Formats: sequence, C-alpha cells, structure tokens
Amino acid sequence: MNTLQFMLQNHTEVLELTLEHLWLVGVSTLLAVLVGIPLGILITRWPTLNKPVLGGANIIQTIPSLALFGFLLPAPWIAARADRLAMLALALYALLPLIRNTYAGIKGVDRAVVEAGRGMGMTDRQLLFQVELPLALGVIIAGVRVATVISVGLATIAAAIGAGGLGEYIFRGLAMVNNQVILAGAIPAAAMALLADVSLGWLEKRLSPH
Amino acid sequence: MSQPDITPVIEFRNVSYRIDGDASRELLHDLNLEVHRGETLVLLGRSGSGKTTTLKLINRLLTPSEGELRVEARPTRDWDVIRLRRMIGYVIQEVGLFPHFTVERNIGLVPKLANWPANRISERVHELLQLVGLDPETASRYPRELSGGQRQRVGVARALAADPPILLMDEPFGALDPITRAELQREFLGLQKRLRKTVVFVTHDLREALLIGTRIALMEAGRLTTVQTPEEFLTSTQPLAAAYKDAFGASFETRRERGHS
Repeated sequence: MNTLQFMLQNHTEVLELTLEHLWLVGVSTLLAVLVGIPLGILITRWPTLNKPVLGGANIIQTIPSLALFGFLLPAPWIAARADRLAMLALALYALLPLIRNTYAGIKGVDRAVVEAGRGMGMTDRQLLFQVELPLALGVIIAGVRVATVISVGLATIAAAIGAGGLGEYIFRGLAMVNNQVILAGAIPAAAMALLADVSLGWLEKRLSPH
Repeated sequence: MSQPDITPVIEFRNVSYRIDGDASRELLHDLNLEVHRGETLVLLGRSGSGKTTTLKLINRLLTPSEGELRVEARPTRDWDVIRLRRMIGYVIQEVGLFPHFTVERNIGLVPKLANWPANRISERVHELLQLVGLDPETASRYPRELSGGQRQRVGVARALAADPPILLMDEPFGALDPITRAELQREFLGLQKRLRKTVVFVTHDLREALLIGTRIALMEAGRLTTVQTPEEFLTSTQPLAAAYKDAFGASFETRRERGHS
C-alpha cells in the first residue's frame, strides 16, 4: 500500500517519467524497425550479407547495456543529449530480433507459393510486397514485440546516464535503500512491458496468415 | 484447319544443366527435344530423372549450363524473363496458391500484373471458374477453405488466366486421391481439346502419361531415352519402356481410345 501511496502523492512525476520512458522506447523501437526490417529483407536478397549482418547484430546484443551507453559517449551530436544516446543504444539492442524475424519470416514462406509466383512472372518487387511480406507479417510483428518488451526493460538503465524514464525511481530508490521508490519505477515499467506484449501479441495474431 | 506450324514452340538443343556448374551434380545431360504447337508432351520418368528440371528450364526458373533452349524460336536467355513467364502458364503439384488471396485474386493475378481493367479481370475469373468446373461462389473463398481437388482446379484456372499459349504442368494431379485425379484428368482432356495449348506435362504415372500425352518423352537419370506416341510406347520393346509397362501391369487406355485424338 505504501508504494501506491507514494505513487499517488507523486502522481505528476510518475506520469512524467512514464511518458519519458514511453518516448524513449517508442522512438528507439521505431528507429530499429526502420533499419532492422529493411536489413532483414536485404539479407534474403543478398545471402552473402547474411552472416555479417546477423553476426553484427548478435555482437551488439552481447555488450552489457551500461557499457554500450559508455561506448557511445564519444559520438558527436548523439552524445550531446542523454536521451539521444539512450535511444540509439536501445535501437541497437532492438535490431537483432527485428532483422532475425524479418529474415526468418520471409524465408519461412512456403517455397511452392514463392516458386509459383516467380513462375507466373512476378517481378522480385511484386513477389516481395504482394506475397512474401504479407505472409511474413506475423513473424515480423513477433520480432517487434520482442524488441519492444526488451526495450521497456532496458530503458530503465538509461536513467543511469541521465536520460530519464522510470529508471529514475529505481536508481533513486537504490541509493535511498527505499523499496517503495524502487517499486514506483519498477511497477509501471512492468505494466508497460506487459501491455506492449499483449497488444502486439494481439496484432501478431490478427496479421498472421490463417 | 490452317497451315500446320512446323516451327517448334519449344526446342531444346544439346541442353545440359548442372547445379552451380558442378560437373558431378549434372541433373540433365545433352537434351534434344522439340515440342510442337498444340501438342501435349508428357515427360515421364521416376523421381530424379530430370523431368522437373526440364520444365523449369522452359520458364527460366533455371538456365541451361550448356546448349540452348528456344521458346517461340528465341533463346530463353534473350527473352525478357518476366514476359517469357507471363506467356507460360505454370501448374505445380503443391499448387502454390497464395493463402492470403481469395480464389478470385489468385486466378486474377497474372491479368492484374498485366494491368487489365478490374471488370475484365472479374469477368475472366468467372469464365475460368466455369471452365474448370467450379461454383462461381468459390471466387470469394480462401484456398484453405477448399478441398485438394478444388485447389488444383483453381491452380489450373490461374495458369490459364491470361490465356498463355504454353502450359507447364508439374505433376499437377499427383497429390490427389485416385477418383479426383481421374476426374481432373478427364476434364483436362476436354479442356485441351478446346483450348489446344502447347502443354508440357510432367508425371511419373504411366497411366496418366498414356491418357494425357500426344507424345511421351521417357527420361532416366537426366537423359532422354525415347520420344514416342502412346501407341508406339505400348508396343515398344525399348527396355526402359518395357520396364515401365511391367511395373504398371496390364491394361492401359490411351487418349485416342478415349476419343480425344
């Protein structure tokens, strides 16, 4: 109950941090989608790029998040503001599930369907946009879902470099050795992750071909 | 009838095909074959004999490693590949219908790609549904809602949509139950009698080959063994043809006996 009381008392701040958190996750996921999905498509067309691209995204994923924030510090413009830095780092983390799922989704389209389309004289572009992407959409959305849920969690760490978000409460609570404050950050973050998971899961189901 | 057209529609000249040009993986060896206008040439052979490879060379899903393949007297490598494929209907055993398209959109695909006006496409789709013996209300259904036989009918309708002069059929009835298969074979003969397409038909079923083909090209291990009419095939003493007849038992029916010559 104490946590609830704390959150009610500080409701404007809770709301502000939640919105900040949402903003960090939203922008970074959007960035990752804009880069990751085209990259995933690219490696279905140029298989030689497959290993370097997926390998690169994999390596990024293995870097501890605090270290990644640190690595990005020397970057010009980006590092000028903590939220930019956090967004870039979060976007980089989100790349792997997006690239991998886009690739797997397209490769998973029934070969007979693709072959029939090609045999009937569809151009590669027509095949991609009318057949492969629509049929891979469910798997691609599943990638967005994973990326978003990861981002919501990781974004709490962005507070360590002053990017704001619900991590503020978590770090503050840790410093104060106050569980209520920690929970005031952790509970909304968990709720956000669950909400993203459920809504994107619903979308995934709706967009999956029968 | 007008003057017989003697230029072959499809002509293989010393065509070989190897996977990635690897000599140890030769799927087709020195094939010479002519397909004439309006005939149904059956490629008969067991799995791995090179039938499907031969078919895919025609619509350039594969390109010859050696030799030359001409379609309408022009080497396939000189064709714009999209134009080439759009004048060749393609039916495969797995059907390959687009699961996210209705039957109508599936059948109307090639006309749509060719930018036909919407009302003409819809008209054509209904004409084709009738032609392949499907209810007009099938148009709005999805492939998953159809039986295997209905699906393959849609596959045939789709291949015929833009009225291509050539039709490639890769074991189109292979996955159907015997009764549906016999039904579709009969319908195919009736259809072919009217449409007179140039058809290359792949099968491993001798009965089907005898029933459907005007000529039968027997293949084995990537080589063409013989090309014979069904009647010639039945009396043939060629060892492979004889082995085939043995494997399939006694009684056969050819299309001539069916009155579809």
